[in-house]
Amino acid sequence: MLQEILQSLPQVLVDGLTLGAVYAVVALGYTMVYGILQLINFAHGEVFMSGAFIGTAFFILIMGMGWASAIPQFILLIIVLILTASITGLVGVGLERVAYRPLRNAPRLIPLITAIGISFILQDVVRFIAELFNGNYIVTGPSLFSEQITLKASAISSIFYDARFKTSFLIVLGVAIILMVALDYFVNKTKWGTAMRAVALDRETASLMSINVNKVISITFFIGSALGGATGVLFAVQYGTIDPYIGFILGLKAFIAAVLGGIGNIRGAMVGGMLLGLMEMFASANLSLLTGGVFGAEYKDVFAFAILILVLIFKPEGLLGKPTAEKV
Amino acid sequence: MTVLEVNNIETYYGAIQALRGISLHVDEGEIVTLIGSNGAGKSTTLKSISGLAKVKTGTIQYKGKEITNKPPHQTTILGMAHVPEGRRIFSNLTVKENLLMGAFSVKGKDVIQERMEQVFTHFPKLKERLNQKGGTMSGGEQQMLAIGRALMMNPELLMLDEPSMGLAPIIVEQIFEIILHLNSSGITILLVEQNAYQALSIAHRGYVIQNGEIVLSGKGSDLVENDEIKEAYLA
Repeated sequence: MLQEILQSLPQVLVDGLTLGAVYAVVALGYTMVYGILQLINFAHGEVFMSGAFIGTAFFILIMGMGWASAIPQFILLIIVLILTASITGLVGVGLERVAYRPLRNAPRLIPLITAIGISFILQDVVRFIAELFNGNYIVTGPSLFSEQITLKASAISSIFYDARFKTSFLIVLGVAIILMVALDYFVNKTKWGTAMRAVALDRETASLMSINVNKVISITFFIGSALGGATGVLFAVQYGTIDPYIGFILGLKAFIAAVLGGIGNIRGAMVGGMLLGLMEMFASANLSLLTGGVFGAEYKDVFAFAILILVLIFKPEGLLGKPTAEKV
Repeated sequence: MTVLEVNNIETYYGAIQALRGISLHVDEGEIVTLIGSNGAGKSTTLKSISGLAKVKTGTIQYKGKEITNKPPHQTTILGMAHVPEGRRIFSNLTVKENLLMGAFSVKGKDVIQERMEQVFTHFPKLKERLNQKGGTMSGGEQQMLAIGRALMMNPELLMLDEPSMGLAPIIVEQIFEIILHLNSSGITILLVEQNAYQALSIAHRGYVIQNGEIVLSGKGSDLVENDEIKEAYLA
């Protein structure tokens, strides 16, 4: 049995890291907003989904123009990522302004329910627009980065099988890592990033430092939603076919990743996302093997939620979240 | 010249009235103290001035400029700094980051560096602790950081809310010395204190607040001698 697990390990690692990177970047959106407003923005999964649709629309639009075939695919991807991230970022700012800010001082359950309501609205708006232009709400984008790559793991040791994947896996992983490194730098090293952490710790005192708290909150929503939208584009590139409901389960899992790493903790969300992706792919490859065929690969989601429950029982503050020691 | 003019303000927390028509003024170069017991409305007065609490009626002017109900990021940028009760250090930020947040609206790296050096002359300990997290320092050090952070704004008016709270007597002594020192360097000070004797002994003028109203005001030296005050706060 161990031998079989080891054989599939290279493939599990490649798939897991890629999936984990997607979870991680989406988890950042949850964790940033939670850190600053103690709000679980359940609409974030739908912002991700909107990003997938907006990105696909741009791909179809740009590639429909004759001269666009001259543009290298990679440049095209960067253009679409920037355009989409800007739009979903603004969507996030708008959501906060219209739906959450008026409820800033309401009991926490109320903005949570509002967030769930917004998810439904976004799903239906995207579905409506997709059907209007496409005739069907399930949309297939152009195929990009589809060359097959073989990772010759068997050359390292005969225990392993080779791993096979599309170039898009590398693109997704690479872009996601760049986004995470950039965000980490922004939050820890820049003035506005530090202000963001200050607002998350103590909104009132931050305002006494001449920090415009509403502006910081808007920036947080912009960045979180831009990252979510960009990940949506990556998802669309990787899987090709999207529908308005992809944000639900992926959003939930990214939320689990955020809780796993310690909600409110940015590096925690990155670690949590990567771990969850790896564990899920591991489960998908090996569950039936480990349970003697009782549970198949389709139980990988149950596995993800079981992890959430275990974390909540044994380490409710998450892997990297620690109760802060504060002196008064 | 009058730096701060508070005119008959009333502030509510929900249905509860915290301030019942407070009027006070602070002139340039003064140390003015606002004393009173717990829950009298001292902190609420400061919060109303800086904009953390909404005033229902009355007006507040800073250097002749109307600032009633302006949000804190707009009032503090005019040159008034408010060091809140309980220090409110950003516990997970380093000492340096805390100081930089004080200088959030300040343009120019040189200016910020210069001000930081100035803060270190008042509080040399902060320089040693530059990369330590704010929340891991002792109460006295946190108070010094809170004042240092406010000084990064280069304020003309420094409003301090109970800087002596919870500190050892020897540290309290130091804090009051620093307040005197800051005042002699030209900063006008509005000091809220429960520690009435010490506050009055360094203040030019004082106001006594009770149940959201000013019940007594006068020179610091007179108030220290006042029998009512002696009985109520200095016993």
